[in-house]
Order: sequence, then C-alpha cells, then structure tokens
Amino acid sequence: MTTAGTRPASRHKGLPFSIRLEPRLDQPKWLGPAVSAGAVLFAFGLGAIVLLLVGGNPLRAYGYMIRASFGSLGVLSDTITKATPLILVGLACAVAFRMKLWNIGAEGQFFAGAFAASAVVLTPLLPAETSPWLMIPAMALAGILGGAVWGFVPGLLKARLNVNEVISTLMMNYIAVAWNNFFIFAVWTEGGFQMSHMFPRTAWLPKLADFADRLPELRGLTTHLGLVFGLVAAVIVWWVLYRSKWGFEIRLIGDNPRAARYAGLNIVRNTVLVMMLSGGLAGLAGMSEIAGVVHRLQGAISPGYGFTGIIIAWLAKLNPLVVVPVSVLFGALILAGREIQPSGISKTIQGIVLVSLIASDLLMRYRIRIVRRGAEA
Amino acid sequence: MDPIVILQAGVASGTVLLFATIGEILCERSGVLNLGVEGMMLIGAMSAFSIALATGNPWLGVIAAILAGGLLSQVHAVIAIQFQADQVVSGLALTFLGVGLSLVFGEGLSKAGAVALLPAFSIPVLSLIPVLGPIFFTNQCVLVYVGYFSVPIVWYFINRTRPGLHLRAIGEFPAAADALGINVARLRHFYVFVGGMLAGLAGATISLAVSPGWFSEMTTSGQGWIAIGLVIFAQWDPLRAAFGSYAFGALRRLILDIQGPAQLLGVRNPFFYNPYWGFFLQMLPYAFTIVVLVLGSRGAVGKRLGAPAALGTPYVRGQRGI
Repeated sequence: MTTAGTRPASRHKGLPFSIRLEPRLDQPKWLGPAVSAGAVLFAFGLGAIVLLLVGGNPLRAYGYMIRASFGSLGVLSDTITKATPLILVGLACAVAFRMKLWNIGAEGQFFAGAFAASAVVLTPLLPAETSPWLMIPAMALAGILGGAVWGFVPGLLKARLNVNEVISTLMMNYIAVAWNNFFIFAVWTEGGFQMSHMFPRTAWLPKLADFADRLPELRGLTTHLGLVFGLVAAVIVWWVLYRSKWGFEIRLIGDNPRAARYAGLNIVRNTVLVMMLSGGLAGLAGMSEIAGVVHRLQGAISPGYGFTGIIIAWLAKLNPLVVVPVSVLFGALILAGREIQPSGISKTIQGIVLVSLIASDLLMRYRIRIVRRGAEA
Repeated sequence: MDPIVILQAGVASGTVLLFATIGEILCERSGVLNLGVEGMMLIGAMSAFSIALATGNPWLGVIAAILAGGLLSQVHAVIAIQFQADQVVSGLALTFLGVGLSLVFGEGLSKAGAVALLPAFSIPVLSLIPVLGPIFFTNQCVLVYVGYFSVPIVWYFINRTRPGLHLRAIGEFPAAADALGINVARLRHFYVFVGGMLAGLAGATISLAVSPGWFSEMTTSGQGWIAIGLVIFAQWDPLRAAFGSYAFGALRRLILDIQGPAQLLGVRNPFFYNPYWGFFLQMLPYAFTIVVLVLGSRGAVGKRLGAPAALGTPYVRGQRGI
C-alpha cells in the first residue's frame, strides 16, 4: 500500500479483486469532518472490544458514560467544567502545532501556571482581603506568566540550539510536577497533608451556583468563569492565527520553513514567542482549574489534561474554534471515565482516538478503489 | 554511599535504558522515528509482570514483554510506513495507547504479591577484577549480561554487515536502496518491530529485575522519553548509547542513595535532614536529559554528524525528496 499512483496495492493471487490507492486531487468540504467523525466512532468501537476483553459490558459502559456526562443539567455543567481547562490546553497545543512546534509540555505548563497562580495567594503576594477584581486578574496573569516561562525554556533551546522540543517539553513536565510537589509537601503544606490551605473566597472564580439566590435553577452548577477565559481565548487565538500578520508568519513557518526563511521571517523569535503563547495558554488553564475548581494547590490537579490537549488539537484539525466543541466531548470522556472500571479505560480510548485519527488521514489524501481483476489491464 | 554499590546498581538500572535506546537506534537508523517508546516499555513491563505472576516463570514474562512491545510497535509501523502519516503524532498516539492499555490490563496488578524474578549471578573469573569486577560482573541480573553483549553485536551489525548496510541505506537514502532492490517498507517494518521488542524487553527489565513490581505509570516514569533523548545524545551510535545509559542508570541510583547518610562528604547532608529537598534530586534525570540533548545537538553540529537523513519522512516510491 506504500505505492502511490494507480499501481495495484495488493497482489494477493487468490483474490478476484485488487485494492488501489489513488491520490485525491481535491477534497470535498464534507470529507474532513466525515472522516474525523468516522475515526472517533471507529475508536469507540475498538474501545468496546477492549472493554469486552477485560470482561466489561461496552453498551452499558457507554450508555452510562453518556448519562453521566450529558444526562442532566447538573452533569452537563460538570462536563463543561471539565472541558474548561481542556479548551485552553487544546488551544495551547493547536497554536504550537500550527507552526510544527511539538509542544508536548502543556501538562507541565499547566502545573507551572497553577503554581504561579497559587503563589499569588499563598506567598501571599496579595492579602486575602484583596478585592476579587484585583485578585483574579493577578492570578490569571501569574498563571499565564508561569506557563509562558515553562514554554520559554524549551522554545529558546529549540530556537538557539536546535534541541528537540518533544523531549525537552516532556522533561519539563516531570520537573514541573516535582517542583509543585516540593511546595505542597514542604512549604505550603497544611497540617502535614500534601496540599495547601484553602484559598480565600476572594481567589475563587465565580461559578453559576453562586448566583443561585437570584436564579434558583443555577443551584449546584459548577461551571465557572474559566469557561469565559477559554471561549475568549479561542476567539483571540483564531483571530491571531487566521487574521493577523503574526498568524500568517506562524502558518507560513509551519507549512514551509524554507520559504519562510527566504521571505526573511525571524524563525528564532517566532519559535520562542509561539512556545510562550502556547505555555501561557496552558498556564491559564492551570490557573482556571486551581481558582475555579480545586481552590487549593495540591498534587492531583490534572488527569493528564495536557496530553488530552494534544488529541483535542489534532481532532480539531488545529482550528481554535473547533477546539471548543471537541473539548466538551473529551471533558465528557474524562468526567464519565473516572467511574468506569478499569480505571485506564478513558486513557485507552483517548489513545485509540488519536491512533484512528492519524490513520484516517490516509482517506483524506487517497481514494480507495476496489478493482476487479479482469478489469485491470 | 559506597560508590561501587551505586555503580553496580547503576549498571543494572542503566540496562533498562540501554535496551530501549538501542531499540530506538535501530528503528531510527531505518528512517522511522518512534516516539512510542514509553508506551511500549510500559506495556512490556505490565505483560512481563502479569505473565510471570500467572505462570510463576519469569522467562515467559520476558517473552510476553518482547512480544507485547513488538506487537504494539506495529500500530506505529502501519501508520507511519503504510499510511505515511506524521510520525511525531503517531508516536505520541502510540504512547497514549500503550499507557492506556497497560493501565487497563494491569488493573489490580499493583496489589499482587511477589513474583519470581529473573536469576542474578556472578561471573566466576571476571568478578575478581578489582573495581570493574564488583561493578559489572558481580551479582547482576542475567539481562544485564545480555545488555553487555547487545552493544558490540548491534554496533558490528550496523557498521560491518550487509544487512546493516541495508539498514543504513533505507534510513539515509531510501530511493537509492529501493533502486537496488531493497524492500524499504518491509525492512522498516522489521526494524520498528525490533525496536518495539527491545522496548518491551526494557520494560521487563524494570518489572522483573531492577525495581520489581507494577506501579502503573510510575513503573517507567518517563524512562522511555529519556531513552529517546539518549539516542540523540548518542548520535545513533550504540557504543555512545551504552555510555549514556549506564551514566543515567548510575545517576538514578545516586539520587536514591544520596538521601541515606546523615553525613555527606564530611558535612551535614541537607537531603537527609530535610527529605523534601529530595524533590529537587528527582528533577535531576529529567534536567540532565535536557543537558544531554544540548550536548548532543551541539556535538552533531560540530562534527557534521546527525540524524539519518530520511528520519521521520515516509518513503513513497516515485515522489520527489528522499
């Protein structure tokens, strides 16, 4: 099947037909979404087989997952809460991948952002009585800065010394987790537990449930202001990538670095800046999760959001606006997957989704023809 | 804090990285970048532990690990070679898949009891050599000795044999290799498979010898990624890979041991009196990997050495490019 052109791809003697791959000259508009949707469905099918293998009931498990993530207003709100950091890390990955910068470090940048945002409250840079109008922007800024610093290091190493960013960003993930652990174990520990004390109310992002006294329907809804961060960021990143001069440079470097160099674009500066933007978005995700959901710094703040962001960016075909709905899908998967046994099933399905997605890319580039033997010649 | 003990344990722990690194070198020399090492190692570690537990025979565990790693690698091989997809994303996907599957099939294994481990023994005469004997040839697991053999064999294979020449050809200039009648796709498939088997073996080395047991994702804790970093540091040369792997193994061991004694080099050991400083020690292997990458890429520029020319590019007959 490696052969391009109209060469027969399989030469099995016994078959009355052969499979041919013909390059597509143009792709109809519906093809991309259709292939992606097909790949996701195919992935859930494979996930069902894995579930069967470990003795589960896939239909019941999937039915439960749909109910546990979209079944009522309350769980839908929880799903969106889970999707909130995913939107931001998905954007972080999308913007870096658009320049073919493989930032695999969104997870570490998420932790760095969470750490920096917590530092504002815990150091304390701002006293607990600070107005939320100052506290929350300060935390958001700190989160963005923390993530950006964590993206800056691999970005600079890549730009100046051509250090492979896949490995360096990954290594930065482990360093960020150890760094966080030091602070929750040794510095900000509360009574020997591996977590900081609860943030003051002024450092909490407002959530829908806070307005329940005026609108009783909102009672118990966990969706918080971070969602607005995510939506605004999606629009901004979309505008930057597709409507600004900088975005044009990013896309040109990603598509054809040689042409970009001849055109006189500053690849070193763009590499560092894009890594910082990517890190900043992931850092904001960390801040939003800390200030909107957890309300304290602790070890278990991410079930691998940074890695899920990679899959989201890819499924969204790096389009910032598509990242939003795709994040909701994965938010549901993570939320409902927590209660499915065995516990690795949601990670497995995520892995299968990514595998099917990149495999399905073949269908975008080639048309598969089944040709009768006799008709060949 | 006996340096001999640290180096001895470091060699054992470095054997894990050695297998994974050599496997990745073979794979990358054929022109396929496989970032799925972490996933293949983890599934190897899980298979080895669960099969050894079920059968009571660690050797069956090793075989299971090799097969599991090899099988998983073929997912990447099909996507990268047949489907000509982006190898970075495909490798990442392979890691996610491997981690997920290991967690699913390894459910409950962490609470399982002890398992029969691979035998460890000393080499009669060689273990008497001062310094080197105790480090390399005393009371080591059998896989450590396999590791010693694998380095020169793989070096000789790549650089001095005809199949090794073919391997280098399909990684440097597949179009020329194709013109000579070498089946590029089939050979690449084979070397991705070999890389997967060695990554699986690396996993088995962890779960059945170096740190026995199943600790879900913490079993490998990023060693697959360190191995990929070491390939770049080693400039795709098995001898340099051996040096790097054992050095990293010793570093891992040193980090564990440095927190033990109350006195360190005649002064109060801060890591003993404040164990939380250990988190900074834990960062060291990862920070060192970045340092090693910097050294590797600088060295590559200086000596005009570098990655196989066709690394990461799918070969499509009749298309321009390499």
